[in-house]
Amino acid sequence: MVELLRVAWAIAAKDVLLEFRSRTAFVSALVFTALVLAIFNFARDPTAVSALDLAPGILWITFTFAAMLGLNRAFGLERENRALDGLLLSPASRTAIYLGKVLANLVFVGSVEAIALPLFALFFNVPVLPVLGPMVLVIALATLGFVAVGTLMSSMAVNTRLAELMLPVLLLPFLVPPVTSAVQITARLFAGRPFSEVGAWLRLLVGYDIIFVAACILFFESTIEE
Amino acid sequence: MSFLPAYIAGHHAGIPVALDPARALCAEAPLTAPAVGRAALEVRALERNFGHVRALRGVSFALGAGDSLAVFGPNGAGKTTLLRILAGLLRPQRGEVLLDGTPLARSDAAHRRRVGLIAHYSLLYDGLSAAENLAFYARLYGVPDRDAAVRRALEGVALADRADDLAGTFSRGMVQRLAIARALLHEPSIVLLDEPFSGLDQRAAATLRDLLMRLRGERRTMVLVTHNLDEGLELATHVAIQVAGRFAECAPVDGDLAAYRSRYAEATAARG
Repeated sequence: MVELLRVAWAIAAKDVLLEFRSRTAFVSALVFTALVLAIFNFARDPTAVSALDLAPGILWITFTFAAMLGLNRAFGLERENRALDGLLLSPASRTAIYLGKVLANLVFVGSVEAIALPLFALFFNVPVLPVLGPMVLVIALATLGFVAVGTLMSSMAVNTRLAELMLPVLLLPFLVPPVTSAVQITARLFAGRPFSEVGAWLRLLVGYDIIFVAACILFFESTIEE
Repeated sequence: MSFLPAYIAGHHAGIPVALDPARALCAEAPLTAPAVGRAALEVRALERNFGHVRALRGVSFALGAGDSLAVFGPNGAGKTTLLRILAGLLRPQRGEVLLDGTPLARSDAAHRRRVGLIAHYSLLYDGLSAAENLAFYARLYGVPDRDAAVRRALEGVALADRADDLAGTFSRGMVQRLAIARALLHEPSIVLLDEPFSGLDQRAAATLRDLLMRLRGERRTMVLVTHNLDEGLELATHVAIQVAGRFAECAPVDGDLAAYRSRYAEATAARG
């Protein structure tokens, strides 16, 4: 177990360092986030639909698509010089490789979300601060779910010719449960409803994470080999 | 009484034989022997198809510790497929690979630890420095005393003074040397080389040749896949010609290189 975590950490640290040096995906994701929020903000008619009604959906659409830019890169950078072969040749367990990639993606997506959330509050003037604690919990749970599935799909798409196109096609159907849950919870939090009202959606989110993290760990080896 | 050398005759008869460490055993036909006693690397009747293309058709051979086999062949002969199967990156559809008599299991970390692959691609990260690349692989392989191992590896390929430079800024020759350092960092007993001289200038090729001769001196088992007859014959103790997925010829290097070149030309010409 210690060995597994040590290798996963090494892979995550390598990915984060590579992204820190190039900042390709991170800057793209931030620019994308700012543009989406700005466009939605200026495109909506405030007299027809209130910001509070639209905001939860926009927030999670922004998070989801921004995350895809990072997920695409997760295995994309292993294509360079066929570095993925180097990983697979090594004695590192496939579970460690998967967990390392998930960890690096969580850092990436979490960083984008940390910047996007204040921007969102600014553009839509929604009361994020009073519900920050529950929001962080919801964001963490939803992000874990779609990063876990997205990392697996990224490993499947990486060897296809149109990897960037394939990832959304493969991934989006699997994101319906966590994104729907997250939108529902966010809408209730912004509306000032008590946290107890979101119990069912929260359980769905937790259940999704448990099932899909376990399933992705199980299936990763068969998707990455050959 | 058979006129075949004992190590070949015994193997074809299905009798387990102890491999003469000075000689490799090659056979086109599937082998029936349950094990070759002292073979460091044994390949039995490997077959692999890609759709309708038969990339490998019953390739078999065995190498002892310190043997080096050069596999020549035209493009599309299945040489890289053979090497990828030996490295554990591809699964054969039939046949098996044995390391020290034990079948190669892809999930077995101990086996992967014994194999080093110098591929046509560097398997390095352009965005990491030479030292960072090696340190990363050292972590994956659990190399003890990582910093010292990385330093030694860089010194071994004359890149110690470029340790902190990004691999992406290196020339082709330097990348190839760094790739060799990466492949040998964990001191594998079996080294697989895929077109290692490809794209190298004369100086880089000479450096690489010296490195490979050193490996041969260290009694590591090597399988070298190349188009370059001169380089391959100089480094190998055994040579094989692979054509259309089969070993058309496989024999110890006997010194008559001109005859070998002629046979290579015949074998590849016969294929059309």
